[in-house]
Amino acid sequence: MKKLLSGNEAIALGAYRAGVKYASAYPGTPSTEILENLAKYPAVRAEWAPNEKVALDSAAGACYAGARALAAMKHVGLNVASESLFYLAYTGVNGGLVLVSTDDPGAWSSQNEQDNRHYARFAKVPCLEPADSQECVDYMAMAFDLSEQFDTPVIVRTTTRISHSKSVVNVEDGNSRAEHPLKGFTPDPTKYAMIPAHSRRRHPVVEERTKKIAEWGNTAPINRIEWGDKKFGILASSVAYQYAHEVFAGYSFLKLGLSWPLPAQLIRDFASQVETLVIVEELDPFFETEIKALGIPCVGKEYFPMVNEFSLAVVREGARKLGVPQPPAVPAPATTLTPPPRPPALCPGCPHRSTFFALRKLRLRVAGDIGCYSIGVLPPFNAMDTIGCMGASLGVAQGIDAVGANNEKTPWVAVIGDSTFFHAGMPALANIIYNQGAATVLILDNDITAMTGQQQNPGSGITLQGQPTQKIDIESVVRGMGVQDVFVVEAFDERAVEKTLKHALAIKDRPSVVISKGPCVFLPTYPPKFTYAVNEKCNGCSMCFRVGCPAIFKGEIDTTTKQPKALIDPLLCVGCDICAQVCPHAAIDQVAN
Amino acid sequence: MNKTDFLLAGVGGQGVLTASDILAEVGMALGLDVKKSEVHGFSQRGGIVDSHVRWDTHVNAPLGERGRIDYLLAFELLESTRWADYVKPGGVILVNRQRILPMSVTIGNAVYPNDAEIDLALRTVTDRIVYVEGLEIAKALGNKNLANTVLLGALAREMDVDPEVWLDVIVKRVPQKYLEENKKAFWAGRMGELRNTQHVTRKI
Repeated sequence: MKKLLSGNEAIALGAYRAGVKYASAYPGTPSTEILENLAKYPAVRAEWAPNEKVALDSAAGACYAGARALAAMKHVGLNVASESLFYLAYTGVNGGLVLVSTDDPGAWSSQNEQDNRHYARFAKVPCLEPADSQECVDYMAMAFDLSEQFDTPVIVRTTTRISHSKSVVNVEDGNSRAEHPLKGFTPDPTKYAMIPAHSRRRHPVVEERTKKIAEWGNTAPINRIEWGDKKFGILASSVAYQYAHEVFAGYSFLKLGLSWPLPAQLIRDFASQVETLVIVEELDPFFETEIKALGIPCVGKEYFPMVNEFSLAVVREGARKLGVPQPPAVPAPATTLTPPPRPPALCPGCPHRSTFFALRKLRLRVAGDIGCYSIGVLPPFNAMDTIGCMGASLGVAQGIDAVGANNEKTPWVAVIGDSTFFHAGMPALANIIYNQGAATVLILDNDITAMTGQQQNPGSGITLQGQPTQKIDIESVVRGMGVQDVFVVEAFDERAVEKTLKHALAIKDRPSVVISKGPCVFLPTYPPKFTYAVNEKCNGCSMCFRVGCPAIFKGEIDTTTKQPKALIDPLLCVGCDICAQVCPHAAIDQVAN
Repeated sequence: MNKTDFLLAGVGGQGVLTASDILAEVGMALGLDVKKSEVHGFSQRGGIVDSHVRWDTHVNAPLGERGRIDYLLAFELLESTRWADYVKPGGVILVNRQRILPMSVTIGNAVYPNDAEIDLALRTVTDRIVYVEGLEIAKALGNKNLANTVLLGALAREMDVDPEVWLDVIVKRVPQKYLEENKKAFWAGRMGELRNTQHVTRKI
C-alpha cells in the first residue's frame, strides 16, 4: 500500500519500525510533528522536554540503559543541545541513539539559516540526509543500525522542504516493528563517565570510528552513483539532489545519503570519471570545502548561492552559467500591481494583545523572546527591540540594567512566554536575582506552546499524549526563586495590565515579575465570549486599529473627522473585549452570538 | 494525465493545506507520483499560506516553478495576484472571490486593490480566469469551512478527471459527520455554481 506522508510523519514511522522505545523533543518548526506522530504509538515512550538539551540527555539515558532512543529538534535547538551531543560523541551508545535535526534554509520560521551538517563534523558523528519521505523511513532504520554498529550517536538531518513536504511512501509491511529488547546498562565508567582521564582515552576511539564510517560509506548503498552523461558529475544530498535531478537531467550523479564523514574514495572515483565535478548543496559549502581539501577539483558556490533556500529557478540559474541548456526563462508578467504585504498578526482574541498595546502606549524598550509574541516587533505595536534566541530576553535585560541603561528615561522590560520561560528563562531569572539586578520581567502565560501549534509544556498540566500531569505553577516558581514583587494579572483586562506594568516598573532596586495570564485562543479553556460590533458613536479616532486585530478593519469615512470608521468582521471576532476596552467613545458593543 | 503542477494559496485558516492534501491524493489515485510542499510556522498567524502540489510519472523537486504552474487555486482575491506570476502563460487561475484584509491594509499602510485592478493583473498572465463565490456557496450550505471543498470542485470542472476519483478521496479523508455537506460542496463547485469567467463588480 502507498501512503502520502510528510518527512516528519515518515521519520516517526521509520523510528517506530526500527524499534525506538524512547523519544523526546522540544517543539520547534519544522521538527514538531515528529514527536506528535511518535506519541500515537503506545510502544514508544514519547515526551515533550522543556528544552532540547534535556531532550537529548534523556535520550542519552534511555540509550545507555540499552533502549533505542531518539531526540528531535529544529536546527537552533541543536545549539542548545550541543553540549550533550559532544559528550555523547565520546561516550558512544548502548542502544542506538538518533538525533533528528530539522534545518530551515530560507529561515521560514527561525532566527537564522545555520547548516547543521557542521555539527556532525564538529562533534565527529555521522550524519544522514534523506531526500524524500521514503528515504526518511528507510534512513531511520539505517541510522539506528549504524549507531549500534559503530557505537556512536547519529544525526539525521532534514530541511523544511524534506520535513514539511509530502511524498509517496511504500508501506507494504504496514506497521511491522523490529523489537529490540532492553539490553540493560553495563557499568563502564571509562566509556560513560567523561572525567579528563577517560575522555582522553575516548578521543582516539572517536577518531578511529570516523575513519571506519567513512570507509563503510565508500561502498554502502546509501551513497549512490547514477551514471549518465559524464560531462558533468553532480554531487548532491537532501532536497538539493531533487532540484539538481530535474535541472541536470541526463548527467551523472553521486547522491550522498551519508553526508558526514565523506566517502573519500567513492568521491575520488566518481570525480575521476567525469569532466567537471559540480557540488550542488544548499546553504554552506560544506562538501565543497572538504572535497577541495581532499585535493579533488570541483565547482560549487560560484554557481549556487550560500543564502536562502534553493528552488528549481535558483539551481537552473547555476546550471545556465555552467552552460547546461535550460528551458527559456519565463518573462515576468507585465502587471503593475504590487499586492500589499500580509505579515503575520496576533490572532483575533490573542491574550498577548493587551500586553503589546500597553507596551506600545507606555513607550517601553522591550527585550523580547521567541514565540507568537515575536509578532510584537511588527506594526502596529513596534514594541520589541531585541529578539535573539529562546530565553535571551532575561539575560539581555540584566545586561542592560547592569550598565545603567534601564533608567527613568528609557525603562526596559523583558518579555517571555510560558514555554520559553521553562525552556531557558529560569536560569536567566536566577541570574537576575542572584546578581541583585532590578529588571522588570513580563511573563506571558497562555498555558501552551502556541507558536508551533499548541504543544503542551510543563506549565500546561497535560502531557504530549493529552493526559493530565502535575502543572508547574509559574508564580510559585518565581516566588520560590526569591522574587518578592510578583504580580499576576488577567490578560484580557487591558487597564489592569497597564496599571500593573507601571507599578512593577516603579520598583527600582530589585527584580519584579508580572505574569499576564490568559489562555491561547485555540485552547478549549478559552472562555466563550460574545461577538462585538461597532456602533454609531465611532468617529474614526483609530484607537482600536492600534490593537492590531485582524478582525478590525477600516470602513466608511466619518463626515466630521474625515477619518475611516472601524468595522468588525463577525466571522473573525471571538470577543476578547480588548478593542472595546481601549475605545474612548464607547463605540464597540457586545452582540449576542 | 500529463505532468501537472498546482499552486494553492490563501490565508492561514482557510483550509489550503487540507485541500492540497486532497489534491495530492487525487494524483495518487490516478496512479501518478506526487509531491506537495508547504510552509508552516509564522504563516499560520493570519499570514500567507502556499502549498505546491506536483503530479508526474516521477516527481523530483517538491516545489513547482515560477512561470510554469498549470493551475493556481487562490483561496483569497489578493493572494491570487501575489502568486499569479507562478502560472504559465495560458494556465488556469481559479479565484475564490473572498477578501481577507491583511494587517497592512487594516492599519492603513496599504490599499486593497479593487476587482478591476485584480482582474487586470491576472490577465497579464492568462485569460483562463475563473472566479468562484466559494464562501457564499459554503455559507449557503451552512458551514463556511466548506469553501475549500467548493474550490476543489471548481478545479475538478477545469480538469479531465472523473469526479468519482475526487469523491473517493474526499470520502476517505473527511469525517463521517461532515461527509454529506462536503459532497454537496464539491458538486456545487463541479457544476459551476456561482462561477464566472469574467470580472464582475460586486458591492462588499
